[in-house]
Amino acid sequence: MRLPGKGLNQGAKPITFGFNGRHMMGLEGDTLASALLANDVHLMGRSFKYHRPRGVLTAGSEEPNALVTVGTGGEQDPNIRATQQELFEGLEARSQNCWPSVERDVMAVNDLAAPFFGAGFYYKTFMWPAAFWEKVYEPMIRNAAGLGALSGEADRDTYEKAFAFCDVLVIGSGPAGLMAALTAGRAGADVILAEEDSRMGGRLLAEREEIGGKPGHEWAAEVLAELEAMDNVRLMTRTAITGAYDQGTYGALERVSHHLPRRHSLKGSHLPRECFWRIAAKHAVLAAGAIERPVAFRNNDRPGIMMAGAVRAYLNRWGVAPGERVTLFANNDQAHRTARDLHEAGVHIAAVIDSRHDAPVDGPYQVIKGAQVCGSAGRQRIESITVRSVKGEEKIQTDCLAMSGGWNPSVHLTCHLNSRPQWNREALAFVPTEGAVPGMVTAGACNGTFSTAGALREGAEAAGKVLEALGLKSAAADLPDAEDDPYRIAALWAVPGKGRAWLDFQNDVTVKDVKQAAVENFRSVEHMKRYTTQGMATDQGKNSNVAALAVLADATGRTIPETGTTTFRPPFVPVSLGAMGAGATDEGFKPQRFLTSHGESDNRGAHQLEVGLWYRAAYFPKPGETNWRQSCDREVTLVRKAVGICDVSTLGKIDIQGADAGKFLDFLYTNTFSTLKVGKVRYGLMLREDGFVMDDGTTARLGENHYVMTTTTAAAGQVMAHMEFVSQALYPEWDVRFTSVTEQWAQFAVAGPKSQELLNGLLDEEVNGETWPFMGCGEATVLGVKGRLFRISFSGEHAYEVAVPARYGEALFRELLKRAEAMGGGAYGMEALNVLRIEKGLITHAEINGTVTAFDLGLQGMMSKKKAFLGQAMSTREGLMAEDRMRMVGLKPVGAAKEITAGAHLFTPGDPVERIYDQGYVTSAGYSPTLGHPIGLAFLKEGPDRIGETVRLVDHMRGVDTLCEVVSPVFFDPEGGRARG
Amino acid sequence: MRITCPVCGERDRREFYYKGAALVRPAEGADLDAWHEYVHLRENPAGALDELWYHEMGCNSWLKVTRNTATHEILDVQLASEAGLGGEK
Amino acid sequence: MAELIAKSPCEGLVPATIGGMSLTEEHPGAMWAVAPFKGQQDKLSKALEAAHGMAFPAPNRATGKAGSRAVWFGRDMALLMGPAPDAKLAKHAALTDQSDAWAVVKLEGKGAEEVLARLVPVDLRNQTFKRGHTVRAELKHMMASVTRTGPQAFQIMVFRSMAKTLVHDLKTAMEAVAARG
Repeated sequence: MRLPGKGLNQGAKPITFGFNGRHMMGLEGDTLASALLANDVHLMGRSFKYHRPRGVLTAGSEEPNALVTVGTGGEQDPNIRATQQELFEGLEARSQNCWPSVERDVMAVNDLAAPFFGAGFYYKTFMWPAAFWEKVYEPMIRNAAGLGALSGEADRDTYEKAFAFCDVLVIGSGPAGLMAALTAGRAGADVILAEEDSRMGGRLLAEREEIGGKPGHEWAAEVLAELEAMDNVRLMTRTAITGAYDQGTYGALERVSHHLPRRHSLKGSHLPRECFWRIAAKHAVLAAGAIERPVAFRNNDRPGIMMAGAVRAYLNRWGVAPGERVTLFANNDQAHRTARDLHEAGVHIAAVIDSRHDAPVDGPYQVIKGAQVCGSAGRQRIESITVRSVKGEEKIQTDCLAMSGGWNPSVHLTCHLNSRPQWNREALAFVPTEGAVPGMVTAGACNGTFSTAGALREGAEAAGKVLEALGLKSAAADLPDAEDDPYRIAALWAVPGKGRAWLDFQNDVTVKDVKQAAVENFRSVEHMKRYTTQGMATDQGKNSNVAALAVLADATGRTIPETGTTTFRPPFVPVSLGAMGAGATDEGFKPQRFLTSHGESDNRGAHQLEVGLWYRAAYFPKPGETNWRQSCDREVTLVRKAVGICDVSTLGKIDIQGADAGKFLDFLYTNTFSTLKVGKVRYGLMLREDGFVMDDGTTARLGENHYVMTTTTAAAGQVMAHMEFVSQALYPEWDVRFTSVTEQWAQFAVAGPKSQELLNGLLDEEVNGETWPFMGCGEATVLGVKGRLFRISFSGEHAYEVAVPARYGEALFRELLKRAEAMGGGAYGMEALNVLRIEKGLITHAEINGTVTAFDLGLQGMMSKKKAFLGQAMSTREGLMAEDRMRMVGLKPVGAAKEITAGAHLFTPGDPVERIYDQGYVTSAGYSPTLGHPIGLAFLKEGPDRIGETVRLVDHMRGVDTLCEVVSPVFFDPEGGRARG
Repeated sequence: MRITCPVCGERDRREFYYKGAALVRPAEGADLDAWHEYVHLRENPAGALDELWYHEMGCNSWLKVTRNTATHEILDVQLASEAGLGGEK
Repeated sequence: MAELIAKSPCEGLVPATIGGMSLTEEHPGAMWAVAPFKGQQDKLSKALEAAHGMAFPAPNRATGKAGSRAVWFGRDMALLMGPAPDAKLAKHAALTDQSDAWAVVKLEGKGAEEVLARLVPVDLRNQTFKRGHTVRAELKHMMASVTRTGPQAFQIMVFRSMAKTLVHDLKTAMEAVAARG
């Protein structure tokens, strides 16, 4: 019910919204919860396990009950807290976990079966048979219990990530936070003030206590106006700090557009739903306030039973009275303000029940001292409560019970770096441990200081400490007058009695469940938590943790500090996966690297293959070719018979210069490069420090102190980091400089018997065996452009690689193709390149898989004995040169099935196909059109000694079981005459 | 987590690549036990540990970072080029 | 005789104007990595000054001016943008042609800082990152070089092959910033 003349949103614009299909009016500035209460709607959802009717309990992000779904389809957001969802024109929200409706939910039958669903019920009930878990129990439980559902459609919303930096991050904008921000801001510090609510002010918006002689919210507005005018202060509303991380990093979730109509947003569809911030703050002031805790008594979960502070918030901020005959149940003085404020607003106070005998009397209404509420009645909303006092039990009619068991400081962020809070006996609460998070100071209610004056003072002091550390001068704090009442409280956690008394509303955990856990010897608070699931819902037990462990302490005969507390982990509020992974969808998932030839390959219908981040043409289908093998076979053949063109720019290219460049390469490679002649290229092998092969490639010597190294595409980044490591950490005294030139050059393989002919006509100088001998290299002018030419071959053919600055890459690729095609050749892709190199027994990272040694590859001869190289010592280990290691061989099929598959394992015919009989495995396979049958490279025990033997090839994944002959890994032109000639 | 690169300044850990313990390389000709220790054996202290980090997304410096593994406090950052990790030559 | 036609890294991808911000391709001319040999830093700086009028930049700084700039480019390295390096520099430094290796764009306009705050985990606000300041840093998932060239203008570089991703990531962030108004 909306009270005229009450609240901070008087005169606000009326707004129409829908809830479960019913249309109602609210006011701008309302939350969904305040608007529903204004319309006397208390029943907002059903509980998790028992499907009990539930209404709103709180007025903040800790809300356990009033979770709703907003939107449909790809825009559906489940589990939105009605206390945080701001009202906008056209908002449609609906209850969750109920069918067919929140009023008539068939699963409410669970509530009757409650005796079966106590603590640990799923550990006990659904034990046998094991096979039932996946098929019967789990789907059944998932269907019955739960929160909101996903739509099953792709999320149509966008999310973003952002980084922010500041000297001081102030978390929370109540009196302590505002005072801290003001003090730091005035001193010139770079400040971020973050507030999870849509409006700054914290409790000042919910209370009537004055500051400096004016209403608290007016004081807050003045401070905010001053802060807003400061260039060095950034105000972030709707932004919850979700976690504290190392070295002053904080996570924050900003709800960017949850408060705006989607389709009608004038700002367009690019407005993200949420933004996940990473804030690097030199210092932080935690002024997160406190969360009021319920009291456990029988049926304390009925709609209409709310936190006393929330009732004040609805009244004083939104002008809503949640009932007409309100009762209050409390154990502390502050809660009495609820009765006072409601009474002054003209709402009837049916009774104030205080568990203390010395409770204050603040108004002309009945105050029952030394009494407890021991039960409630009503179906979908509270109708009455039962009060137990020395006079016995009495029933009081009420449509809203405000309760308060005291306040729990919001210590959550102080726990994120492993610190545990301390029990404070006066405040009956856990308070932060000093220095819990380096660089963070705490102030106000989150520190266990509950008066307004105390919050203002601590806010100013916290800022003072931070400013001192920053070396900034702070003006003497000018603290306005404010309420400074003592926080009087007496412990009251659970009212004794029969029936179920709720502790954790969101996970439906009762006092009985916690006691049952204790009986079953789950005495550790961590065990109790997991056994009962208390505190494990999306609210992380914000409302229930302290009461639950107080009950556990009582049940196990220990004090609360002896019992200890569970700790809090990030995030403070649930963070959607969309926000966590913001931007990392579709094209944003990872960078795409495109070759200069990409567009032209696309024009030719090439199938593109992802190779790491690169896109490379797999094959270029011609009209009439219906599968990749036809294209691949043709491309292999055109290289062998005429000339093929392939973009090989993805190979890592590293330009190396300096007086010690040769020395450096001698150390990196197993073989020697300082003796390489200028104008020549040499193949090299690199080991890791443990003696296994890291990478291979060719390195060309362009000048006395100038080399250019190529790495495999796969290991380009790794080799670069490795070289930096060697030159910085191991040999900083060497004079060598290097930089990646992978992107500078577009480099194309021109391979095949007609390659020389093709290049003649393209280059300014004559290409022949004299000018460009095998493994020769140097500068060359390509159609007037200064480039480089390397006579190297990865196909076994007479071949070159021609490089030009990347800007000319596309043009050169086109020109090369035009000329090749005129000669009966053309483009070839990765598939053909792979077959060509397997035919020649040349290795890639399919073979260099991290477990192979130079010996396994038959390259032990490349390990120089005349000089030191990285990995040398460990490569001499006995086991790395053992004859029975799996070593590289070729395979050709001789069985009925002419098929070889990479990943297949090899066995001696007659042996069982079991792991211990494993003789080796296939690393690369393909169909050789040159030889007319499939070929493969494999690692086989004692491989080179078994040439001519027959082995059994088994591939369970692809259902291949056949016989192969072990052959030399060089299938084609073993003498190498074609490449040299 | 944030690491202060001696060249670039304080940066988010996402810019760094982690390699492992920062150890001094054995001299060429050291016995296999010394190499085995360098390559394979690692202390796992709950406390200060010298580690190698690579500022891959920044200046490409290798760093020796001394970090408390229990608190994640960073006690020292040094350029690997000045940390004497190359050992006896 | 056929002629090879040059193509710039961002051809067909920019320009773009979003919410008062513009994204355009820069054509800085030659770009050469200049990496001093051991003990040659000072001599190199003098030679650079003599030949091209700017000192070798300190870490995180750029020297020179538009059209002829030396941008710090990582550990003991600068990128000379504009002129091809004078041959005399080769005595003191490894010189490597990078003219085609990087995509270079300019992001300009009100909101440019906010756009980069969505992509680069470094504080690039004017009070800490002024004209002439530069960083090597991550941009979304890419190694990048970011230099402030004006009160609301940045030069941004990534590997040439990633030009499309760079433009995609920048435009996405520009749209989100523009949508917030």
